Amino acid sequence: MLRLQNISVQVTTENEPLAILRDVNLEFKPGCFYAITGPNGGGKTTVARAIAGIIPVSNGRILLDGEDITSLNITERARLGIRYAFQNPPRFKGIEVSTFLRLAAGDDTEAKTLRRTLRQVGLCPEEYLHRMVDTGLSGGEMKRLEVASALLGAKRVVILDEPEAGVDLWGFEELVRVVSQSHREHPDRITIVISHSERFITQADELIVMAEGQVQSQGRLADVRTTLMEELNCRWRKQCQLEEDEDAVECHR
Amino acid sequence: MQLNAIDENLLKTIADLHGIPQGAFNIRKNGQALARSSTETITIEPKQDKPGINIRIAPGTVNQSVHIPVIITESGINDVVYNTFEIGAGSDVLIVAGCGIHNPSEATSQHDGIHEFFVRTGARIRYVEKHYGEGGGTGERILNPVTILHLEEGAYAELELVQVKGVHHTFRRTEVHVGPRAHLLMNERLLTHEEQTAESEIHVHLEGDGSAGEILSRSVAKGHSKQVFRAELIGYGKCKGHVACDSIIMDQARIQALPALIANSSEAELTHEAAIGRLAGDQIAKLMTFGLTEQEAVDTLLAGYLK
Repeated sequence: MLRLQNISVQVTTENEPLAILRDVNLEFKPGCFYAITGPNGGGKTTVARAIAGIIPVSNGRILLDGEDITSLNITERARLGIRYAFQNPPRFKGIEVSTFLRLAAGDDTEAKTLRRTLRQVGLCPEEYLHRMVDTGLSGGEMKRLEVASALLGAKRVVILDEPEAGVDLWGFEELVRVVSQSHREHPDRITIVISHSERFITQADELIVMAEGQVQSQGRLADVRTTLMEELNCRWRKQCQLEEDEDAVECHR
Repeated sequence: MQLNAIDENLLKTIADLHGIPQGAFNIRKNGQALARSSTETITIEPKQDKPGINIRIAPGTVNQSVHIPVIITESGINDVVYNTFEIGAGSDVLIVAGCGIHNPSEATSQHDGIHEFFVRTGARIRYVEKHYGEGGGTGERILNPVTILHLEEGAYAELELVQVKGVHHTFRRTEVHVGPRAHLLMNERLLTHEEQTAESEIHVHLEGDGSAGEILSRSVAKGHSKQVFRAELIGYGKCKGHVACDSIIMDQARIQALPALIANSSEAELTHEAAIGRLAGDQIAKLMTFGLTEQEAVDTLLAGYLK
């Protein structure tokens, strides 16, 4: 069980404190698949980064199977089996895909495991194993590689931050399938996918809707449908109406 | 001839050699020739007028290599050496140089290697030079290499100039004259740490129609070290040149990057880019989510970057 108790995250911008997460309480059960969704800037990525230890919490506790991990750093949490695939994966000059995957999976990982994982996310191992993880890879290729690195190894908690972003339509179905399959292969794993995609949302055992740094609603798709379709829809529409010229309206979803 | 453990370690670091190599080689230790060997097509002879050797590669020699490492294990040595390379037309060879200094005492050890290459028509060379210093004494380890290349028509040279670590001060000077349809690719890798200083001055003259030159420099400055990088591309006629200097700055280090382009013809196409920055926090965080410690993450990033 992964538990977030009264988690708040504050940052200081232009000397003003800004609350990104406000008193978030969440429970993630082993073996369950979760989707976190909601408008941009609602705090989804901050929840993920707080669990991985990348962003410090200003208040509250994080517990993994009863152990308080709030004060542990990124490395220590990774070694407890928490894995986080970034929304915007960084690039690395001079590091090959094979090296990158070995860093993720451990030195003793068999070559065939690396090859299989690459193939699963739609990257041909022949073509990609010796490519550099640098600007030579497109955004979509980086996301696929990021998902591959997150799925390697027997992790207890796997968090994928918008895995579908930048991945082409053809690759997307396959990606959903691979993530679900990896989840099923590890019966005690907690999988958390941050996504706006209906395909991921309908896969989830439980859906968490976040907005304005708080959990707005939580439950099965049917339970949160009202929040998703009406309340949040309204909030988005208000943002749209601020624009004077109707032709210039962007979709805020 | 005997190599001790220190010699062997230096040779392994700078020239990837395990013991005495096969083929043509010249090993210089503490200012004296330790071993030398020529082959049918590659001759190595000492200069008569000054310290150093003449290396002559017969036209058409392909798939061969020459190793000419220098090691210094005594303190207080100031070794200046002039090496001249004649690379015959149509040949294709690998030349591995480099200098390793083991200085255990208080006196300075210095090696200034002046290398001049005449790469004849259509010849290709890959030249690898690694510099490395070690030893627990307070004595400084100084390396001031000068590399001059003349690329004749259609010649190709790939340079890999690397300072691994442990060199207190270096002033590196590289001058290349690129002839018609000749091509230069220069890769420089530099690491400085503690109170070290490094200055690299590069002049590439693109002298003929169709000549091309690319300079790619990557460096890391740690501690209180200081680096200055000046690279000048000078274009005459229809030529193409690019210079890129990319540095990672850490701790209290200081770096100057000064790429310069000089076009003497409207047909010269010259470009440059330069970047100095810290390691990105996201890169370190990413590797830490794989279970690496912060230090391991930094070491992994730097090793990849300087590879």
